[in-house]
Formats: sequence, structure tokens, C-alpha cells
Amino acid sequence: MTQAPPISEEVAKSPLAIHGLTVSYAHHPVVHSVDFVTPPGSLTAIVGPNGAGKSTLLKAVLGITRRLTGEVRVFGEPVEAMSRHVAYVPQRSSVDWDFPATVIDVVTMGLFRDLHWWQLTRRHHRQRALESLSRVGMEAFADRQIGQLSGGQQQRVFLARALTQQAELTILDEPFAGVDAATEKAIVEVLKQLKREGRTLLCVHHDLATVRDYFDHVLLLNVRRIAAGPVDEVFTERNLQATYGGRLSAVQLARLLEPADVAHAGSGR
Amino acid sequence: MMETWWLALTFRLGYNTSLVTVGTMLLGAGAGMIGTFVLLRKRSLISDAVSHATLPGLALAFIIVGLIQGDGRWLPALLAGAALSAAFGLWAVQVISERTRLGEDAAIGAVLSTFFAFGVVLITVIQSMSVAGQAGLTGYLVGATAGMLAAEAQLIALCALGVLLAIVVMRRDFLLVCFDADFARTQGVATGRVDLAMLMLLMVVVVIGLKVTGLILIVALTIIPPVTARFWTDRPMRMVALAALLGALAGYLGVTLSSVTEGLPTGPLIVLAAFALFFVSMLFSSQRGVLAALLAYQRFRRRVHLRQGLLALARDEPIFDNLTLKILRRQGYLRRDGVPTLPGRAAARDAEHEERLWALYREREPEDALQQEHSGLTPIAEVLSPDAIMALEAELPPTAEVRG
Repeated sequence: MTQAPPISEEVAKSPLAIHGLTVSYAHHPVVHSVDFVTPPGSLTAIVGPNGAGKSTLLKAVLGITRRLTGEVRVFGEPVEAMSRHVAYVPQRSSVDWDFPATVIDVVTMGLFRDLHWWQLTRRHHRQRALESLSRVGMEAFADRQIGQLSGGQQQRVFLARALTQQAELTILDEPFAGVDAATEKAIVEVLKQLKREGRTLLCVHHDLATVRDYFDHVLLLNVRRIAAGPVDEVFTERNLQATYGGRLSAVQLARLLEPADVAHAGSGR
Repeated sequence: MMETWWLALTFRLGYNTSLVTVGTMLLGAGAGMIGTFVLLRKRSLISDAVSHATLPGLALAFIIVGLIQGDGRWLPALLAGAALSAAFGLWAVQVISERTRLGEDAAIGAVLSTFFAFGVVLITVIQSMSVAGQAGLTGYLVGATAGMLAAEAQLIALCALGVLLAIVVMRRDFLLVCFDADFARTQGVATGRVDLAMLMLLMVVVVIGLKVTGLILIVALTIIPPVTARFWTDRPMRMVALAALLGALAGYLGVTLSSVTEGLPTGPLIVLAAFALFFVSMLFSSQRGVLAALLAYQRFRRRVHLRQGLLALARDEPIFDNLTLKILRRQGYLRRDGVPTLPGRAAARDAEHEERLWALYREREPEDALQQEHSGLTPIAEVLSPDAIMALEAELPPTAEVRG
């Protein structure tokens, strides 16, 4: 191994620093040479059109999908050694909800690293899982079969599972896709709460209209990094047009960029 | 007959039979446990490929041992040969499904039949050889525990015990990979290795099951107990434990039955016992059973009729439905001539009140109301706390004429 290059202080402090990340499916790069340093304590949206590689970027960061090139560091250390500090909320559709498990069973899976094989799941483990459930407003459903949950409830259960990990960084893949309005509100509340606790959140987001409301940082992505930084600076007409290849209409843009109007704006798709 | 079976059931039919029974029960438990995980990973068919792929290895081992010592029957070598060719078969399935556009099921079909065909050819060759014990080989097709040596039974029991321990150690990794492999990877689980471990344990179960149930039927022991367990529980670890119990029970019943008379095949009897347990569960399971579903449907139907009838009484609407009338009469709410009784009037008032509370609740908290089961038919007192109901009642408009 060659001498590791010196790490800048910004990278050493960042809960997630990505450098030169490329992912490709059979000679076709879906994420190309992306650099991004997540500011500590930020609530960041990853925004881009369909097929822009948003979910793939997350999966490559988490080691679910193989990286072709690039480095991923968590607080300056390689992500593989630091995965304990990273929680993941996958898309709801990624699992079979007919699986024989109750809500508490799924949430307890977030304690996987704390449980050795000779240990039984004890009352204080269950307590920790119940606390996470109550944070997402689902404590009454602890013993419900997961197949009986609505889409929004399933998403809340996944969020609760991530909460039990008490990780510094939480990565979410479209947590608002196909959930009811009340769930969306509840999830946003939890995310903002985590941010207030000083934790960092990175979230693939598809609804342009709510970016300003929910997030403080944004990464605009379309295979390559288009722009990244605080929402006020980066979420501009020029950058959005560059990300979406001019596919956004003038009306859509006008709505997105006037903060006063945001509350009344519809979906930005 | 029955007496012999009773002796076998109570472990009084000699040391060897008892040892075989214990070994078979451990095998059944191991098969049920690993079978549950394989089922939850949606790879049940792979055990079919594993079992059929054992035949050529088994036959080759028999030929080699036979050429060396004149008699091919030496269980450790036969099992080792079976394991080797099963591993080769698994590898072939893996390569075909990864490197080509074929799905895993197609790969399993191709590998299973090819290996089995090769094995059958080898067995025909063995029949023409001048080695002892050729007839014993067919026992590996349908299982034969009669005349099993104590050392053989011990080997099977020990391997099964090893499988059980390995599953207990790896249970959480298995569960995580079965439910959500991507999430498992973020937890530092090497999912590829966990899958491999699962298949290896399955292979051990299949191989040591060869002598007991035979290679054609061992699949049943890895599939039927888990499916039976699913009828009784909605929780993963309980399903694993139940499948172990059911597998052990099937093994116990089958192997003791087969010792009743000379020549009864062990494998088919074990599988039939497993199926009997499955059938009983399918009928009588309290959650997913056929009868429970029928009863629950009837109960629900009666409740709907009762509620509709009471509401009609409260609103002085005529009732035409015969079942509704019958239910109201049987409850003592309605006289033969169709006039509501005093308790009937009271119940109707209650139902109307309940209905209005639900309507108001649905209006105020649509989200919460939707989450409650049988929304509107469960007594609202089971869903809301007393203070919440009081608050709702305070808001109810005084007159009954609210709905259109």
C-alpha cells in the first residue's frame, strides 16, 4: 500500500466525505466521479431527475453496491471500519412485508450489532426499540404483524429501526415516497429533531417543492455532481436547469424559487 | 402391531432403535430450522438440487470403497462422496444463475436432472459389478433405518447436533439476511458468506438425511415443517423453533412406525407424518387455519348484520334481510311479529350512539380512525381511552338527525 494522502480537516470532521466516487453497471457509469463533503449536523437532500444515480450513490456509499473507484470516509476513517456510525433507511419496497415478523421484531433488528449470539433479546432491548417506535408515533403497533401496516406506517417502522442504532449519520432513500401527509409530517419532525441533537442526515428526495422547507443543504446530482452547498446558495434556477437538463418549466421554477410561495406549491415533478 | 409401536415410541425396542430414533429426531429438528431460513430466503427449491446432486458422489464413493475392500457400504465415505458432489452441484447452480441469463429455478432444474441421471447410470454400473452390498444402495433413495449400525446412527446424530448449534449461533445473521439483505450489509454482515453458510448447513442436513429419508424425500423434511410452523406464528424465531419441534416430531413418529414391521420404508413414513401435522395445522390453526378463517368470516358477517339491524331499528326503517331478522330475534331484540323488544330498543340506541361517535371520530382524526381494525365495527371503547370518548361525546350534536 502507498502512503495515504493527507486528509483535510474538513474531511476528518465530516460524517460522510465522498471523493471521486464512480459506480457503473457494465461499462455504463450511473454515478461519475462525485465529490461531496457532508457538513456535520446538516440535513442534506440529494436531488436529481429519475435515473440520476441518487439511490445508487447511497448504496455505493453503504457498500451495498460495488464502487468502481473512489473513497468514502466517515469522520476521516474508511467507511467499512465506521459502519457502526451509519444508519440506513431503505426504500419500503425493498423487502417482503409478508415476512413473519411483528413491528417490534423489525425495529429490534437495529440492535443487531449490540447483540451477541449467546444473548437473548431482553427487556431493556425491547425498551430501546419501543422508545424508537414512540418517536415515530408507532408504539401502539409494536405487536402488529408488519403485513397489516399501511405504507406510511411501514416507512415509520424502517425509520424507527434506524433510530435504535443511535448513529451519527442517517442515510434515507426516498423516505417520503408513497406515504400519507401525516406520516410525511411526522418523519420530517423526527429528522429535524435529530438535526437539533447534532446528528447528520442525508436523504434522497424527489419533491422539489419541499426542499426549501425540509432541508438546509442540497446536493444536485445527475450522474455527475452539478452543485452542492447550502440550499439558499445552490438551489437556483441555473443549477436546477443544469440538473434537469432544461426539463423544468418556467412556472415550476418560479414557484420553487420564491420562498413565500413554497407552502402552497404542489409537487415539483 | 400397536404394542411394537408403543415400545418404539417409549424407546424400549433396543439400544440401536432408540439411537436411530434420537438421531432422526435431531435430523428433523435441524432440517426444520435450516429449512425455515431457506424458505424465508425464498430458496426452498435449492434443497431439491442439493439432494439430487448427492447421487453421483454417493455412487462413485461406493464404487471406490467397493474396489478397495470388496464391500462398498461404509457410511462415512458414502456421505463424504455425497457431500462433495452436492457441493459441486450447488456451485454449478450458482455459476449458471450468475453467469447466464437463466434464473435460479431454471439452473436448479438443469443441475438436478443432470446429476440425478448421472447417478442412476452409475448405480446401473454398480449392479453389474462384483462387490457386496449393492442392494443397500437403493436404501439411499427412499431411506432405510432398519439394520442401521450404532456407529452410523451416532454419526448422524452428532452431525445433526452440530447443525443445530451452528444455526443457533448464526440465527440473527440468517434472519437479517432473509428479511433485508441490503440492510444486513450496512450492519457489517458479509451476506455472501452468510448465504454460503446457510447452503452448507442445508447440505449437511441433506447428506446425513440420505440414509434416513432417502434423497428423494429429504426435501420434504426441509419444507413441510417450516410451512406448518408458519400456520401457528407470525414471529420469525418462534417459527424456527416450531419448525424444529415439528421436524423432530415427524421424525419421531415416522421412524418409530417404520420399526413396527420389517421392510416398512422410513422416509415415506416420516414425510407422511410431517404431512399429517401440516394438514392438521392447516385446518385448525388459530390464525391462518381454514376453519379459523371460516369462523372469523361468519362472526364478522353476523356483527355487520347485527349492527345494520340495530341501526335500522333506531331509525325506524324496515328490515327485509332474513339473516338480519334471525340474528335480532335470537338476541332477543325483536319479537316474532317484528316489534322491537325493550332490550332491543336500548341496544339500538347504543348502536346509533356508537355510530355517531365513530362518524365524529373519523371526521376529527381521519388518519387515526383509518388505522383501527374493522374501523367502525369495533366498540369505540376498545380503541379510544375514556377521556377521549368523553371529549367526543361533548362534541356530539344533540339531535339524532345529522346524517343524510
